[in-house]
Amino acid sequence: MNPYLQISHIDKSFARGTAGNDVLKGVTLSISKGEFVSIIGHSGCGKSTLLNIVAGLTPATHGGVVLEGQHVTTPGPDRAVVFQNHSLLPWLTVYGNVRLAVDKVFGKTKSRAERHDWTMHHLHLVHMAHETQKRPAEISGGMKQRVGIARALCMEPKVLLLDEPFGALDALTRAQLQDTVQEIAARLGNTVIMITHDVDEAVLLSDRIVMMTNGPCATIGEVLTVDLPRPRDRLKLTDNATYLGARARVLRFLYERQRRPAAA
Amino acid sequence: MSVPALSERHDPAPVPPPHPPADVVRLGVARSRFLKQKVMLVLPGIAARTIPPLLGIGLTLIVWEILCSGAGATLPPPSQVWREGKELILDPWFNYGPQDIGLGFRLIVSLQRVAIGFGFAIIVGITLGTLVGQSTWAMRALDPLFQVLRTIPPLAWLPIALAAFRNSQPAAIFVIFITAIWPIIINTAVGIRNIPQDYRNVAQVLQLNHFEYFTKIMVPAAAPYIFTGLRIGVGLAWLGIVAAEMLTGGVGIGFFIWDAWNSSRLPDIIVALVYIGLVGFALDRIVAAVGYFATRGTARS
Repeated sequence: MNPYLQISHIDKSFARGTAGNDVLKGVTLSISKGEFVSIIGHSGCGKSTLLNIVAGLTPATHGGVVLEGQHVTTPGPDRAVVFQNHSLLPWLTVYGNVRLAVDKVFGKTKSRAERHDWTMHHLHLVHMAHETQKRPAEISGGMKQRVGIARALCMEPKVLLLDEPFGALDALTRAQLQDTVQEIAARLGNTVIMITHDVDEAVLLSDRIVMMTNGPCATIGEVLTVDLPRPRDRLKLTDNATYLGARARVLRFLYERQRRPAAA
Repeated sequence: MSVPALSERHDPAPVPPPHPPADVVRLGVARSRFLKQKVMLVLPGIAARTIPPLLGIGLTLIVWEILCSGAGATLPPPSQVWREGKELILDPWFNYGPQDIGLGFRLIVSLQRVAIGFGFAIIVGITLGTLVGQSTWAMRALDPLFQVLRTIPPLAWLPIALAAFRNSQPAAIFVIFITAIWPIIINTAVGIRNIPQDYRNVAQVLQLNHFEYFTKIMVPAAAPYIFTGLRIGVGLAWLGIVAAEMLTGGVGIGFFIWDAWNSSRLPDIIVALVYIGLVGFALDRIVAAVGYFATRGTARS
């Protein structure tokens, strides 16, 4: 049986004048439906490029992505992205940002009232239903990212792509949002790919952690299955052996085998 | 010892009976004092804002009066402007015949021309600016042309416009159009080229079509730039109208100045200049205010 999402033999090089710059080399990964996969690696290893290729925002030089038997060539709402810097449209309200996506994806299939309910439903999911009429400039960074998640979720994507979604947030806000994402993923059974550079975040949220080697020519170094029951509670996990083992393995990969060169 | 003394002082029989009228008066005094205190708090602020400009205008008038009151003065002093131009200043809405109307009517004629010319400039300017901002090829093709054409003074276009339209009315409007359009084109193009990649990504993920992208992303994102262009444009348009009307005739404010010059009514010219200045200032502020309200939410967050 074919996997839900197949990433096969992806190479990516950016042409810089005459010299090519090979970012990714031979990245192959299969993801099944409902799986939560994290991609972790040092900055500059091309993990965001990989996510953009899956999203269809960047074309791969070689290789390709197949989602449910369909070859991915262009971006689309079936692969909704939560961007690192939230990318909310500042002239629209919280409600307006989500509603824009709802109107675009369900404009033909849902009535006006249904689209309103659908928008509110997803704002409820991310606990933002109380601030619908504020503009992005008037809410905190964590709230903006919640709205970004609501905007992605409301498209009912086949795969939810999170590009370092909590990277710009403080530790406490980040923990709250991780809990929200975990809760939503468990409730809706989303297939999720998350880019992160936070080891704890990866272990807490993922079914599998994909560890990327350093660039140039970055590829998948190791894949770790995190076999922890859900829902996971960060406090109870603090001295869980499986959790600590997984954490240690990712840390060892990042800081022993893929130590960044001193020059960088 | 002191206690009985005190009680004695409190006790005296002829205590004045409390009478209501006195009470009312006292209350009134207290309230007016409170009002006075409030006024005293607000007053310095108002004074600080109004006194300097009044002083500035007053001093200018005094210096002008002194400079132009001498024997060999070529220009009228303000007192003479007031004496001879009083009718124009006090009644902008008189109508004594086709060529003898108040400055208010003349301004309206000029403003109509500006509205038509500037309106066309907005439509064509934003369209061309969008094209140039969106397409690298269009930019390479048209930008050199724009950069050269935009430096041409408004009046240099007039003979060409007269030759093309064979009528002074559309020619004047064309001069307004061609004067105002360049900053609109250039600012719109810059605004559109500066749309952050983030917004483009969002549009791509949502699969917005060209029309939706234009109305939902491009126009709101570029709006602050577009309004900057419009504000510069309306200022230039007002500069152009006066010059164009001086040459094309009609009943506009520009022609009024030319007419007054031909009949040596210098005070009338000065009155007209003040009107033109005030209207130009108002136009600038109106466009700025519209821009402020239209782009309230566009500040990047």
